[in-house]
Amino acid sequence: MSPLYAIYKREFTSYFVTPVAYVFIVIFLFLTGVFAFYIGAFFETNQADLEPFFRFHPWLYLFLIPAISMRLWSDERKSGTIELLMTLPVSITDAVIGKYMAAWSFTAVALALTFPMWITVNYLGSPDNTVILASYIGSLIMAGGFLAIGSCISAFTKSQVIAFVVSVVICFMFILSGFPMVLDIFQSWAPQAVLDAIASFSFLTHFTSIKKGVIDIRDVIYFSALIIFWLYVNVVVIEAKKAS
Amino acid sequence: MPVTIKVKSLNKSFGPINAVRGISFEVNHGEVLGFLGPNGAGKSTTMKMITGFLEPTSGTVEVNGFDVLDNPIEVKRSVGYLPEGAPAYGEMTVKSFLNFIADVRQLTGSYRQKRIDEVVDIINIKHVIDQSIETLSKGFKRRVGIAQAILHDPSVLILDEPTDGLDPNQKHEVRNLITEMSEDKAIVISTHILEEVDAVCSRAIIISSGVLMFDGTPTELIAKSVRNDIDHAFRIITTTPANEKRETSAP
Repeated sequence: MSPLYAIYKREFTSYFVTPVAYVFIVIFLFLTGVFAFYIGAFFETNQADLEPFFRFHPWLYLFLIPAISMRLWSDERKSGTIELLMTLPVSITDAVIGKYMAAWSFTAVALALTFPMWITVNYLGSPDNTVILASYIGSLIMAGGFLAIGSCISAFTKSQVIAFVVSVVICFMFILSGFPMVLDIFQSWAPQAVLDAIASFSFLTHFTSIKKGVIDIRDVIYFSALIIFWLYVNVVVIEAKKAS
Repeated sequence: MPVTIKVKSLNKSFGPINAVRGISFEVNHGEVLGFLGPNGAGKSTTMKMITGFLEPTSGTVEVNGFDVLDNPIEVKRSVGYLPEGAPAYGEMTVKSFLNFIADVRQLTGSYRQKRIDEVVDIINIKHVIDQSIETLSKGFKRRVGIAQAILHDPSVLILDEPTDGLDPNQKHEVRNLITEMSEDKAIVISTHILEEVDAVCSRAIIISSGVLMFDGTPTELIAKSVRNDIDHAFRIITTTPANEKRETSAP
């Protein structure tokens, strides 16, 4: 067993030995249901698709993903186990990837447990299941993006509360970077090219295209680059701050 | 005896504070080195640099011929380390924690189970094996930390205050354990208990304000005191020069 997998396994099982996993999954399933049926008007739209269900995923992830990621590194730093971890024969990169993949797998489990939605829509009508599959994949990739941000932020602080709040704010900016409330900050001084670049960072824009059933290579590259960037910063931060 | 740990003019500063200044020493195979010094003297900082947790500001550390900065993974493989306060994942049971360490250290096959059984037996933690670590008493947590450090039978063992928080019987057990293991390892322990040095260490080092003040056998240390008292010797070595330093650095 490689050290990376050992860390992955430990981290993943640690969700399930505490009530964290069960509380999270129940709330996630409850909220996805509430949003899809009440706010998304799943029945009233009278269409056999899961668009009302997926539409709210970015907003749910905004609060729920930082709740998963906040403890990834701040807890290690606070309890001192980081000293144990960093003196085991593991590279920092392996540790960061192992922990990140564990959190992502956990999110995948929570997402997979929404399968009754898929059964329901198939029972009521005949939806395009490839679109639904693409949406699930897109939602999972987007969750990965949120998690990479959250994991990196949690490396900065020993306080889980600070990690949570800062992650939410940064994720919020990534969701809305195509919208005036973020662009206005840059409007007055930044050149148009920078504005376009910032606008293209929006999770919503990229998720919307995947949600239509089109997994565009550009969207996949966008999320992959985003994840790699934040995890890279995560490694650098751990390197610099592990002992402070 | 081959030299196992080689520390050369090690320095560590945290901003304006020089925690460790120009410390050099060597530890041979078969030696038990006692690391002494007042609180904040730089003992833990030095240990953290040997184990690769902290990067030295300058100077080198070699373990089994590997430089800790150039080959950190090799060094970490051959070192067993009990960090100060014995940190461990509280939500895990002792068993799953030791299995995790075995996984990361890549112990496999029958050797792996044999080592886990052996260590659980030696450290005497069999009856708490299925308990989560956060529910254990301080003494048991410390023992789990030692178990984790010796699991892969390392050739170098670094224990930061291994007997802190243990009752007299447990202290006695841990000292016996260290003596038993010392034959085929190089062991460094830090402690505040001076009798411990006499009991288990073959050599002692005293650090005060980040500076190496003494390096010799416990007998030589005791000889520093006219009263033949190790506590007295420790006080002479750690207080006098520190006072001088304060006087000279005053404006």
